[in-house]
Amino acid sequence: MSISRAARQATLRLGAVALAGTLLAACGSGSSDSSAQNGGKVTLTVDLFGTFGFKEAGLYAEYHKLHPNITFKESSTENEADYWKALQTRLAGGGGLADVQGIEVGRIASVTQQQADKFEDLNSYGAKSLKNDYSAAKWNAAGTPDGRTLGLGTDVGPEAICYRTDLFMKAGLPTDRDELAKKWATWDDYLALGKQYQAKAGSSSHWMDSIGSLYSLIVGQQKERYYDASGKLIYKDNPAVKTAWDTSVKAAQDGLSAKLAQWTPAWNQAFSSGSFATIGCPAWMLGYIKGQAGSAGNGTWDVAPLPGGAAGNWGGSYLAIPKGSPHAKEAYALIKWLTAGPQQEKLFKKQGSFPSNTAAIKAVSGVTDPYFSNAPVGEIFGKAAESAPVQVLGVHDNDVNVQITNALGEVERKGTSSATAWSHADKGVENAVG
Amino acid sequence: MTLTASAPRRTARPPATLRQRLARLSPYAYVTPFFALFAAFGLFPLIYTAYVSLYRVELQTPDQMEWRGLDNYTALFGDDNFWTALRNTFTIGVISTVPQLLMALGLAHLLNYKLRGRTFFRVTMLLPYATSVAAATLVFAQLFGRDFGLINYLLHLVGIGPVDWQSGTVASQIAVSTIVTWRWTGYNTLIYLAGMQAIPSDLYEAAELDGASRWRQFLHVTLPGLRPTILFTIVVSTIGATQLFGEPLLFEGSISGGISHQYQTLGLYMYEQGWGFFHLGRAAAIAWVMFVLIVLLVLVNTAVARRRSGKENQR
Repeated sequence: MSISRAARQATLRLGAVALAGTLLAACGSGSSDSSAQNGGKVTLTVDLFGTFGFKEAGLYAEYHKLHPNITFKESSTENEADYWKALQTRLAGGGGLADVQGIEVGRIASVTQQQADKFEDLNSYGAKSLKNDYSAAKWNAAGTPDGRTLGLGTDVGPEAICYRTDLFMKAGLPTDRDELAKKWATWDDYLALGKQYQAKAGSSSHWMDSIGSLYSLIVGQQKERYYDASGKLIYKDNPAVKTAWDTSVKAAQDGLSAKLAQWTPAWNQAFSSGSFATIGCPAWMLGYIKGQAGSAGNGTWDVAPLPGGAAGNWGGSYLAIPKGSPHAKEAYALIKWLTAGPQQEKLFKKQGSFPSNTAAIKAVSGVTDPYFSNAPVGEIFGKAAESAPVQVLGVHDNDVNVQITNALGEVERKGTSSATAWSHADKGVENAVG
Repeated sequence: MTLTASAPRRTARPPATLRQRLARLSPYAYVTPFFALFAAFGLFPLIYTAYVSLYRVELQTPDQMEWRGLDNYTALFGDDNFWTALRNTFTIGVISTVPQLLMALGLAHLLNYKLRGRTFFRVTMLLPYATSVAAATLVFAQLFGRDFGLINYLLHLVGIGPVDWQSGTVASQIAVSTIVTWRWTGYNTLIYLAGMQAIPSDLYEAAELDGASRWRQFLHVTLPGLRPTILFTIVVSTIGATQLFGEPLLFEGSISGGISHQYQTLGLYMYEQGWGFFHLGRAAAIAWVMFVLIVLLVLVNTAVARRRSGKENQR
């Protein structure tokens, strides 16, 4: 459910959905709501992207048991970029909106700054009293300057590193997660260890999947990335962005990357073929790895804390209610329940979506994952979430990230020089923001 | 017209009856639906797009239109990516159209012979055309995979190293063109075949009496007879190539046509501006530039064809 994942998503299958999705969106206005409101019965429509896991974790069924008059209709678009396109088209046309819409964290600034009038202010339903139930960063990002709250937080994406213990062992590297955490205290250490791995592994396996994902990981540790607090675009002069860029370029020059663009079919296949030994792991990636590597990968993976000191954040989502929903009250009751502690706890255990609800964070601190060699994922990601900086979010965060990671792809796959690639990224950002 | 006022005089021509009047109007009535639909779904969008292209309009805030005059167009012509897209559209157009039409011509010529199971082959020709762009592209994208693709595997067997069909400029354009060629060759074959069958067979008989080989027959009887058909396919292929969109979009699912725009066509460039960046005004400007471009190309095509047939007639 990360923005970069969505935007960088190059999966063909999803591209096809993009086409269909846009067409549907274009024709979709008018058929706004399909609720059958007879005898107090309400059908709530929920429109999401990726895998929120509500249905998979049985939460709708549970809610229906508690409130027999409420039934659900969930629709989901796998690729967030397509979902966002369709949502924007519907908001512009004013039809076809669901009662509950998912919003990715990389889009929330766009919602609060540009489209605040198109969503319900949840405070008018009593959301204010929930404020202390969520981590402050998560809560504040969905607020507007005039004090409205436009969404309730679902998961967050604290970062760690997932690695293949079997490949590490073959290359003669330690496999213990605490030892590794010490060995790769900084990103330079991480690259040095990578060189050591590469020397043994040869050309069939690489240290990391792509330098684009390495970049996203490093830049995710920063408080300020592309915008400053006043909303000014500062990525060009931000030393943190420069450092992340340079480190990534260095990794490419050292030959540490398998050059697999994330979310492509080839990348998916590599989870089981062992083309890379480590991968940046926001909490939601756990579920993805399980899905791609399958049961054959059981026990060959492990999780260790991130290099570079403080942890970072990559992805996470919100639930919001568009203005004009005929069941706004019922929808609010639903999202309040879905984002409450016990439900978020369930979702972490089931999907690996790390909770933003403080009660749930406490509740999952002891969780271990047998698939990942019994790694204490609750503790690792809990610590990461705690130490992750409160990021400054901007309207075009996603666009900037896509342009930069594309340019890094040029560096590793086409051998473009760092300076030329950066100028391409610049040009792309200019186009996107323009 | 009033029927009651008709007091017939012997000498005067009887006034038209209602039926006759209707009969005179009916052709217009018959074409009205087309023009009504065209006005609503063709003409209006065309004009509205021109209007929008003069404003800054973002999908997120469509109600805030900001006058920009021709700025969208100047920004467009100042954007390197636009020229890249234009160049890509042209090169992909050539790489896909030329072999496609030549192969179609050859296949049609073969199918024109009395073959066993001719109908079967003819129907088979049309199968790729009936396949959806998405399905075909997904399969081809797998075939062209860098690490696990079939094509690289076959190349490996003959000792050629893995080709990065996604990142390489030439390689990716060939890959995209292959999909286009695969889908449209059969269609053009059938059109040529129809054209060939309209050529009178006595021409061939006469040529054969004169001792012309099959190849000479093809050159001197088939090709001249096919001229209008060839012109038609060239015009249609040119328009298709200029609008090429689905194949490059789905090839990697990248709206920028690869990491360095290496196979981004104009259609995809428009999509990126409109639905990737939500700049509707800019996308509208691109749409108009494409429209003008296509009209120009078609005019050039027709002019060339006219000059050629004019020369033929003078001979």
